Amino acid sequence: MALIELRNITKTYYLGEMDVPVLKGITLDIEKGGYVALMGASGSGKSTLMNILGCLDRQTGGDYFFEGEELGRASGDRRALIRNQKIGFVFQSFNLLPRTSALENVIMPLAYTAGDLSRKECKKRGIAALERVGLADRMGHYPSQLSGGQQQRVAIARALINHPPVLFADEPTGNLDSHTSEEVMQMFDELSAQGITVILVTHSMEIAGFARRVVRISDGEIKEDYYNRKEGNV
Amino acid sequence: MSLWNTLRVALKALMRNPSRAMLTTLGIVIGIAAVITMMEIGNGSSTSIKRSIEKMGANSVLVLPGWVRPAGVSQGAGTAVSLTPADADAIGRECPSVAYYSPIVRANSMQVIFGNSNWIPAQMYGVSPDYMKIRNWELEEGRFFSEREVERNARVCLVGATIVRELFGGRSPIDCEMRIRNATFKVIGVLKSKGANMMGWDEDDVVLAPWTSIRIRVTGRRSGSATSTSRTAASTPGELFSGTGIALYPEQDSSLTKDKLLVPRFTYIDQIIFSAVKPDKVGDAVREVTRLLRERHGLKYNQDDDFRIRNSADFMKMLNNTSTMMTNLLLVVALISLIVGGVGIMNIMLVSVTERTREIGLRMAVGARSRDILKQFLIESIVLCLVGGFTGIALGHGAALLVESQLNWPIESSPGAVVSAVVVSAAVGVIFGFYPAWKASKLDPIEALRYE
Repeated sequence: MALIELRNITKTYYLGEMDVPVLKGITLDIEKGGYVALMGASGSGKSTLMNILGCLDRQTGGDYFFEGEELGRASGDRRALIRNQKIGFVFQSFNLLPRTSALENVIMPLAYTAGDLSRKECKKRGIAALERVGLADRMGHYPSQLSGGQQQRVAIARALINHPPVLFADEPTGNLDSHTSEEVMQMFDELSAQGITVILVTHSMEIAGFARRVVRISDGEIKEDYYNRKEGNV
Repeated sequence: MSLWNTLRVALKALMRNPSRAMLTTLGIVIGIAAVITMMEIGNGSSTSIKRSIEKMGANSVLVLPGWVRPAGVSQGAGTAVSLTPADADAIGRECPSVAYYSPIVRANSMQVIFGNSNWIPAQMYGVSPDYMKIRNWELEEGRFFSEREVERNARVCLVGATIVRELFGGRSPIDCEMRIRNATFKVIGVLKSKGANMMGWDEDDVVLAPWTSIRIRVTGRRSGSATSTSRTAASTPGELFSGTGIALYPEQDSSLTKDKLLVPRFTYIDQIIFSAVKPDKVGDAVREVTRLLRERHGLKYNQDDDFRIRNSADFMKMLNNTSTMMTNLLLVVALISLIVGGVGIMNIMLVSVTERTREIGLRMAVGARSRDILKQFLIESIVLCLVGGFTGIALGHGAALLVESQLNWPIESSPGAVVSAVVVSAAVGVIFGFYPAWKASKLDPIEALRYE
């Protein structure tokens, strides 16, 4: 059984009288430990697909199985729990809380974790996550005191705090220059090597080239699904 | 998310913009401070009123004679001659709600002389020993007269502090012989000073003596009577009944005097004072006394009372009502300012929700349920209001202390007001924080994350 199974997912927005179909029947399996890039031009529906995969949005039709559990019709609380425990998000614009230290940003999701951890335990886990992204020495800094690449790494550390099996990254390098992009993408490579399922959403071929598998979406449909020729490919 | 955690998150969020948080909560601070100051001043004044009434005799009730209207012209209150010492004794004997009673005989404008000084006391009362208990009066020195001395018309008296000062030059007057009219009275006690009462009368300008002595030796008649203030008063019973004095009793019909041997009622008294066993029994005591006196005076059901009962509880209630009304009025004003403060809180919380839309989206994306978001913003506004509430309590208490020290108004801290201030400010936080918090919790995470 694949980690993520999409069965004929459709999504339609209703704007007044007009129906705007964004996804027109997506069927896709993503294995555990996969490193997948969802690629497509803007307006292709790739972000909508990621929102559905990330339990931020619900599909109009079809089934979404995550570890064998249908989540599209699950309760809001159940989906919140999945987001907290099973899914990590990395956003294009980092979305760090301003005037809040890197460490506090990283341990923020723990506040919503059931079975409250002690303050000390939280800090220990936060420091460990920051060490994983190589920023343990910056944990007292505010986001405004960090470079873009560092901010994105803090955001990655935050996504990793609950050791989720899946990491979603929505244009993670969109706000970064090419050098720091490289740095961040290497980070995803490392995480993938550690066995975390990484799903990238991007419009750039270059970024998609880091992934092992590329799913190209256009007009709400999967147009291409191929494996990159790269050493160690499946 | 535990409460403690939520609280920490809320505090941190507020501390990100401390000056705005402070300004937001100012409305609550002012509202609560106003409530606390009003309550403390209101309580202080009502307590001081209560205390000064208690000084007068907490639950004492005065029975006065009614008035006469010869030919329809009212002679004024107290002109009727209707109360007798036997009435007083009957009140003590037959009314279960009455604790103490005492007849009162008043001697107005009587000069007292000691050595070469003289003085006219504001009040000269003939009473019985229980009077002291009814009026809560204590002795500075000496002793009070006994029942025995009342029976013997003993020439003894007690004087107040003013008399000691004015007549005796401040020296102890015990055992001094003081002249009132034609009789000499030995001073056996000095009353503890009470100061001026609420009406500004000097309560220490007083002479107390056995009522029999005042009646027989000093006034020799009803002092309140509309007639005969210019006549010389009798100082002995012999003079009283000699016929040269004024008539003590209503003129008898000649046929009546002829047919019937009239047993003379010895004398009348001016007032009867009594106290109820408990302050809340005053009403019962008044009813019992009214029934008893009507029966004793042989009044028919369609006749008006020939006496009046004046109750200090009514007076006290009136004063209390006035101060309660003022306090309530000011409380309403303070509550309005609290509502205004609450609207301010709601306004800023709405701004804060809009401003932190992305944060809300992010929190949802990392696993916050909508009720977590609701709780967070609600707690934020409650914390804001409670901080305002506590600051307001401190400020209000400070303002009340300032009023006390500068204006000399009595204040009294009220734990009830403090508790209700805390509860009210928390309630304001909940009521005015709910809408913004609900709005935040209903945000769509995708929209919120995309919000610029």
